[in-house]
Parts: sequence; C-alpha cells; structure tokens
Amino acid sequence: MSFFNENSIIETINMIKVHNLDIRTVTLALSLRDCCGENVREVGDKIYNKITKYAKNLYTYASEIEDEYSIPIINKRISITPISLIGESCKDYDYVYLAKVLDEAAKEVNVNFIGGFSALVEKGCTRGDIALIESIPEALKQTQRVCSSINLASSKAGINMDAVKKMGGIIKQAANLTADADGIGAAKLVCFCNVPGDNPFMAGAFHGYGEPECALNVGVSGPGVVRAAVENLPKDADFGELANKIKQIAFKITSTGELVGRRMAQKMGIPFGIIDLSLAPTPAVGDSVAGIFQAMGLEHAGAHGTTAALAMLNDAVKKGGIMASSYVGGLSGAFIPVSEDAGMIEAAKQGVLTFDKLEAMTCVCSVGLDMIAIPGSTSESTISGIIADEMAIGMINKKTTAVRIIPVPNKEVGDYAVYGGLLGEAPIMPVNKLSSETFVNRGGRIPAPIHSLNN
Amino acid sequence: MSENKIIVTILGKDGVGIVAEISAVLAKHGVNIEDIRQTIMQGCFVMILLADISKATTSFKELKDSITESGKNLGMEIWIQKKEIFDKMHTI
Repeated sequence: MSFFNENSIIETINMIKVHNLDIRTVTLALSLRDCCGENVREVGDKIYNKITKYAKNLYTYASEIEDEYSIPIINKRISITPISLIGESCKDYDYVYLAKVLDEAAKEVNVNFIGGFSALVEKGCTRGDIALIESIPEALKQTQRVCSSINLASSKAGINMDAVKKMGGIIKQAANLTADADGIGAAKLVCFCNVPGDNPFMAGAFHGYGEPECALNVGVSGPGVVRAAVENLPKDADFGELANKIKQIAFKITSTGELVGRRMAQKMGIPFGIIDLSLAPTPAVGDSVAGIFQAMGLEHAGAHGTTAALAMLNDAVKKGGIMASSYVGGLSGAFIPVSEDAGMIEAAKQGVLTFDKLEAMTCVCSVGLDMIAIPGSTSESTISGIIADEMAIGMINKKTTAVRIIPVPNKEVGDYAVYGGLLGEAPIMPVNKLSSETFVNRGGRIPAPIHSLNN
Repeated sequence: MSENKIIVTILGKDGVGIVAEISAVLAKHGVNIEDIRQTIMQGCFVMILLADISKATTSFKELKDSITESGKNLGMEIWIQKKEIFDKMHTI
C-alpha cells in the first residue's frame, strides 16, 4: 500500500493542463566521430545509418512516456558531433550534401530538428570550418530540419573577429535565400560565445567533443507555471518570498524532467546525459517569460527593472532546479526569445521593448539575443557589430551568450515576420543605423580577457 | 514498486455509477484498486484512485485508452498517470 496527497495530484494536473507544463525536448546526443572517411558519399551513408539506427525508437518511446505520465513531450530531437569535423575528413568537401543526409535521417526517424551543422572557431578556422560556414546558407535553404551553430568566442580564447565578420554576411545570405519564408534560414542559425556541448535546445544543440558516444539530454519548460505561482503571491510579497516560490516551482518542473529523461534513457538503453532546466516560452498565451515580469509587478517587458527581474528569475530557477537533478547542464536558465513569447511580441509591437534593452537583458539571461526580426536592409557589418557586442558580454562575464537574429528580406520596421509553430512571429525591430564597418573590418582576434581584477 | 502504481483522477460533475464504471474497467484489465478518495475542489467533483498494475493483463496504453473511453461515456475528464510523477515532483 502506498499513499497519495490529493492536493499534489490536482496541482500537478493543473500545471500540465492549465499552465502548459511540458517537457520541451528529449534530445538524443550522438557522436558521429566514427563516420569520417575520404569519400563524402560513404561518409553520408555512415551518418545516415548511424542516426537511423540509434534514433529508430526515439519517437515511439517518447510517445509511450507521454502516455505513462500524461505530460506532453513537445519535441523529439537529435544533436550530433559538429559536422565540420566529420566533413573535413573527406577529400572533397561537400557540406551541403551532408546537410541533406542529416535532413533525410531526421525525417526518417520523425524528429523535427537535428542540430550540429556546426563548427567551433573561437580561436581560428580550419579549412573544413571555412567550407562549412560558407555552405550554411545553401544548406539551410535545401533542408527543413537541420540547425546550424557556430561558436565564435570564449572567455578563454577571446573573440574571433574574422569569423564574426564572416557570419554577418552568412546570416544575411541565409535569410535572403529563404526570402519567401521571411528569412527562416536565419532562424535556424545561431552564433555563440562559450557554447555548451550538451545543450538539448535548438538551434544551438550539438554533441560536444568531450561527450560520450551517445546520451539522452532533456530540456524542460514551464514559464506558465512560474507565472501562475508568482501571480498567486500577494503583490507586496518581498523578493525573498518571490525567489523562494520560484525555486519551489523550478524544483517541481526539474524533477519531472529528470524522471522523464531517466525513463527515456532507460528505454533506449543509453546513458542519461543532462537536464537543461530552462524556462523556454512558447507563443501560447500565458506560457511567457515576459508574463512572469508582469506578474512580478512590471507594466511590460522592457520597463526599467526588467533586467533585475530577469536576473532574479534566472538565478532562482537554477537554484531550485539544481536540487532536483544530479546532472544539470546545457543552457539552464530563462530564455528570452522575442518571436516565441507572446508577451515579448506584444511589448516589441508596442515599441516598449527595444533592441538595446534586450541586449542588456542578455547579460543576465541564460542565452542571448534570440529570435529577433530586424530590417532586411540591415548591413552585414551592422549584424557583425551586433554579434561582436553579444560575444563580448559572454566573454567578459564568463557566460554563454548567443545571437539568433533574422534580417527579414524586403521588410522594414512596421512590418511583421511570421514563422508559425514554436518559432512564432515578430514585429521587425529597429536597430542602430550608425556604421560599425571600419571596426568590424579590422579582423583578427580580440584577445582573451584577464580573469582577475574582476570589476 | 512505485512504477507499478497508478493514479486515476476523475474530474467533472458527480453522478450515479461513476465508481462502478471505472472499477469495472480496471477489474477487466486486472488492475487492483488500493484506495479511493472523493472531494470537491473549486466546485468540481474529484475522485482520485490509487491502483496497482503489477498484475495487469494488458499494456498501459490499452488500459489508458479503455479508461479514457469510459470517461467520455460518463462525460467526465479522466487522467491516468504512473504515480512516480507525483512522488518525484512533490518530495525532496
């Protein structure tokens, strides 16, 4: 005989039913290092066979677990070894071909995204890295499910400004080649500083060099649950009480993720990797990180005080979540994508949430500038300037930062970009029109920062 | 073993024959009921049932489909979940 508490059961059901608690992603992380070879077609075959073998039951098992616990698992995904490394073993590089193979394999096993069309170039590029980067726009145009990420900087290595300059152009091309879908190519491409090798979330997921043969990583969500809990507190509850409440909720969300992750890993017969205890919003009403700021007492995301609110939220989520799992990793914290968060979209539409405020918020959020639509006429060097700023924030503060912006072709401020699904929609936000060109053109590498005298 | 325990939650308007219907479905699948509690929450009738599926004669999926079907016939919302999720979420 065992016991149960009615209130706990109803609370759990309400979290799932009313406040959109879900498991955002179960991500199979898979090494492709044994797929190297001289002939790109053979490499493609090895990649396809390995992915379809390991991920064969990913979708079915995830659906079974959804049934067992009645909790939705929104995405089933795969992350792989940065493909620059694998493709570089070939005599003649053909990264677009490899992207198509990845897309086919993802389709075959019914996953919606596969991440790892990636390279880590914070200190410099190899020939394969350059070939991969140059193939990104075409690869993203010709595939639906492939996601690409490039690590351009780290606190240990500094910022590779040659690559930052290059990525400004690559992002524009990726958007332009998918102009008929509001530049969706750029929505599947992200530039990082201090990228983690075990992140299960897209578009930045890949399977890092220090990782095992394979693992099951899981990403949880639940901004709606946190918002509801904060809303239920009295308006004069102090910040200690507020932080405590968020920690309690984060614990509950994370333990659920841990349970699902471990069960999934057990079913697949592979090791459990990490749980990424992120608050990842969706465009659904109520499932919004911006909604949490409002529940805390800010008129809207973007008001003065938003950075402080986000800092507290991010920290409390980590503190509560870390108790619930032995292995926390990935990006872990609060995401602030614009197009994927109904509250952020509304604030951007009203013009109260600006690009500069978002940049400030990235100093304390879990990642960075995310899913921001900017005018299609924005120059390559301005995009590189935006990337350089974001890399600098990550490098100096020893945190992960990222840039996923979309220069929406043929659209300007006042227009709207629509992607649908989890990617959502966004008003085009204005960016600073001053030139960054001479600065960006200098090239070279911004040296790694001093790691003492912290002020 | 907690993984063999399930919680069935029935939400809706109170009526005649709910317990009988649900118990019959569970019995048909070889599921043993260990505890039943009823309460009113936020004006809604809630019945929570703890059961053991270690001797179940069908798969969890079949049991779930069958219970969900009964819920539809009764006009009630029914959740059937492994108990582990509640244990994990609400205990340190």
